[in-house]
Amino acid sequence: MTSYRTPLGRAKNTGSAKHGVGHFITQRVSAIALAPLGLWALYSSLVLSRAGFDGAQAWLHAPLNAVLSILLAVAATIHMRIGMMEVIEDYIHKPSTKAVLLLLNYFVCVLACVAAVFCILKIALIGAAV
Amino acid sequence: MSDAKAQARGPQDRPMSPHLQVWRWHVTMATSILHRATGVALYVGVLILAGWVVALASGPDAFSTYRAALGSPLGLLVLFGLTVSFLYHLANGVRHLVWDAGKGFEPKTADMTGWAAIAFGVVAAVLIWIIAFLGMGAGQ
Repeated sequence: MTSYRTPLGRAKNTGSAKHGVGHFITQRVSAIALAPLGLWALYSSLVLSRAGFDGAQAWLHAPLNAVLSILLAVAATIHMRIGMMEVIEDYIHKPSTKAVLLLLNYFVCVLACVAAVFCILKIALIGAAV
Repeated sequence: MSDAKAQARGPQDRPMSPHLQVWRWHVTMATSILHRATGVALYVGVLILAGWVVALASGPDAFSTYRAALGSPLGLLVLFGLTVSFLYHLANGVRHLVWDAGKGFEPKTADMTGWAAIAFGVVAAVLIWIIAFLGMGAGQ
């Protein structure tokens, strides 16, 4: 992603945690993306709540639905990784537990992102029943 | 405080914010805590959503099992909670973006938008679920 940090900030690379500004900006950029994507997902859930296997497969086969689903998966997992990281950093004070939880959080978010994107592409390109 | 005690204080002794027990509850504090709580709930919600596409990609049997779990009373309760969480987190997230622009910090404004975010989350979720159930009734 394009860096929105100021050239001076990048050159000095300072700040309370040396990299907090990047997370701050990423969290807001992903939030702005997730507002419309989330509302679209909520609307789609209502449509899909009545769809069976064939209906759900046909829905994800449409390019627009597949593309927006992938964008949702990527933006949501970026946003939730930073959010949970902040919660862990604030409430878990034991260094070893904190390190394990931060790593686990990172892996869970990457796994959810890759699994969702792969499955969306599989359904969109070659179908769910294959 | 004595000088000796001041010198003995390590990082773990420093006061940390917020101290829940010394604050009188007010709506802006509740919205901050609710933003975190609903964020953590939505973390699980995204995993449930990711599980949905994985089940769909795994075939009809896995999908019908997953769909039955979501349609069970417990599943519907979780989905309703996630609807409230999403709508509240969205409304309060917009509030945060407005604050980032340097606006809306006046105590009365912050209180009012806080109550509005909570009300929006609950009312909009209830309306959406009424529409969903009415639609299902009409469809059958």
